[in-house]
Amino acid sequence: MSDLTSNPTPGGQNPPDLRAEIDALIAQGTFDIAGRRLAELWRRDPASGTASFVISRFEELREKTRDKLALTKFKLAILRSFTVEPIVPMLRAEAFAYGIDLEVHVGDFNTYVQDILDGQSSLYRFAPNAVVLAVRTDQAAPELWRDFADLAPEAAQQAAERVVRGYEQWIAAFRKQSEAALIIHSLECPPSPSLGILDSQSDAGQSGLIRQINRELQRVSAEFHGVYSLDYEALVARHGSEHWHDERKWLTARLPIAAGYLLQMAREWMRFIVPLSGRTAKVLVVDLDNTLWGGVIGEDGMAGIKVGPEYPGAAYQSLHRALLDVSRKGILLAVCSKNNFDDAMEALEKHPGMLVHAKHFAALRINWTDKAQNLREIAQELNVGSDALAFLDDNPFEREQVRAALPEVTVIDLPKNPLEYASAVRNCAAFERLTLSTEDQQRTEMYAAQKQRAGAEQSFQSKEDFFRFLDQEAELEPVSELTLARVAQLTQKTNQFNLTTRRYTEPQIVKMAKQPEWHIFSIRVRDRFGDHGLVGVAIAHDEGEQCEVDTFLLSCRVIGRTVETALLAHLAESAAQRGYKRLVGRFLPTKKNAPARDFYPQHGFERQETNGAGTLWTLDLKSSTLRCPDWIKLKVK
Amino acid sequence: MTASTFEQVRNVASDIFGIPADKITAESSPETIDNWDSMQHLNLVLAIEEKFGVQLEPEDIEQMKNIGAVAALVEKLQSAAR
Repeated sequence: MSDLTSNPTPGGQNPPDLRAEIDALIAQGTFDIAGRRLAELWRRDPASGTASFVISRFEELREKTRDKLALTKFKLAILRSFTVEPIVPMLRAEAFAYGIDLEVHVGDFNTYVQDILDGQSSLYRFAPNAVVLAVRTDQAAPELWRDFADLAPEAAQQAAERVVRGYEQWIAAFRKQSEAALIIHSLECPPSPSLGILDSQSDAGQSGLIRQINRELQRVSAEFHGVYSLDYEALVARHGSEHWHDERKWLTARLPIAAGYLLQMAREWMRFIVPLSGRTAKVLVVDLDNTLWGGVIGEDGMAGIKVGPEYPGAAYQSLHRALLDVSRKGILLAVCSKNNFDDAMEALEKHPGMLVHAKHFAALRINWTDKAQNLREIAQELNVGSDALAFLDDNPFEREQVRAALPEVTVIDLPKNPLEYASAVRNCAAFERLTLSTEDQQRTEMYAAQKQRAGAEQSFQSKEDFFRFLDQEAELEPVSELTLARVAQLTQKTNQFNLTTRRYTEPQIVKMAKQPEWHIFSIRVRDRFGDHGLVGVAIAHDEGEQCEVDTFLLSCRVIGRTVETALLAHLAESAAQRGYKRLVGRFLPTKKNAPARDFYPQHGFERQETNGAGTLWTLDLKSSTLRCPDWIKLKVK
Repeated sequence: MTASTFEQVRNVASDIFGIPADKITAESSPETIDNWDSMQHLNLVLAIEEKFGVQLEPEDIEQMKNIGAVAALVEKLQSAAR
């Protein structure tokens, strides 16, 4: 049985400890965190015992927050010819995890016809939003199930037609009384047909006739508004009817589904409940490294990442196909990746194994900023609420960070094995749709066309084209009274693109600026998307025969767009003008500044020494070809 | 019966019936627990099978007259499996 929740979360706690933590959080009154932990408990242990605990604590939370849990209420009635009660707690727990407060009414055993035809029945008094009609073949078409071998072909055909007419009458009667959605289980075929292999040689055999009923049921359902087919036959086949069916429980408790598959029945119902309740995702945001391809593009390069038709890259191509299918239902795709823009774009556009490219994504956020912030921006850019986002990322820490910062986002629990990625996406109920409009099917193309018109075309022939397209203007000036606060702040807050991570207060900067051997610069950048403000600081220190770069940092917003090259080139040129022959700089590694590690060698510096503290790099100013790139309009004050 | 099997069975029953574990004894039965009806009996059976990885036959289910009997049944099935 496939388990979509196989990843331990960074908290790494056992379910019993998690239960104790949840009760403690509820007692303390931290209800929102309790709710998150409760959803986490269910994800990690979706068993029947856990379901009871989750439901009881959820009801407690609902009471204590006076119903302000921001869940969508939904009422489901289940009319049935078999025992379904053990499934209900698991169904409610699944619904809770999708942000739905589900109330369930189960009709009496085998009274589905009376429930539907009687306008005063408990079904209509319950006033459901949706009704599941879960009737098995043995009740819906007993002659075909049990007595097929005794029936003449004509009689068998008539029996099949009678079954369809019955359903047609029930559907029409239901529609007269209620506007609720009606979800009808299709009929399953017998695992061992009466006549063995003879049965599959004709379309009028036992299985043939049952399938005919199912096709007719589909046709009839489509004639009514809000009546849908649930392919029960396919569900059972997916798990194997020999595993699915429990003869012992059927005989003792009229429960035909084996305990291990009750959860799968609940999840199948959720595939309808989620779109009917409106808790669907409108945008699927995906990571790149180890999600869309195997490996890390920034480290493994184009030749090293795994994506293609053969193992192991084939797993990622399956995921691409799943993403494309999701987008065909009108769901937008977006990228959110911590990478250098040009590295990631090159892989996305040029790697021959990729089946998805920039044009398939309505938004791209490829930078070093925090993912939750990027998700907020994606939601704004695409004009959707953050609760309409779904997030796919192989990294459990990123997933947990997003869950904590944006609990309304549907975070997919990606299994560890890439071979299971595609089905994790295909099995996520948030991407199910019950209708498809032409607009849905064309939505991605519409977004691509819109982006082109706005001049925000994201795929370029070369990164230089993209840099030119950006139309960057940079203003470089020595630190002044006006910029002092921001310069000091950047030294204190910038962690990722920061070569030496030296923190300075405003008085310290003022003191340095007063001395002739210290040179403090700031750079501000404007591009076609707007003014980014003051985004970089460089501090150079003249000492003896050389000029040393004491501090060099850049805000994550503008990394990878050659602004850093412009700033470094200025340091080199001004040092040369002052008569220095060498510009040196250190890289002092920290947990966070890996993005800056290769900055000096990428600009022609040579390694001079490495010790415990870090690496010292040096640039020969006479032979250096370091210049401000010509696609940046640089103004030096 | 060992304390640990009984305790585990008691915890399962606590989940199913929504009663604190310390209020459940070996004598707890459908007569003493309010909501232990036939549906809850089925839920208990399913939860026991899931928790202990055992298969309860129809005859076994009939023997589950109280929590003590359930725990004894579980022990019997577990030692038969070894």
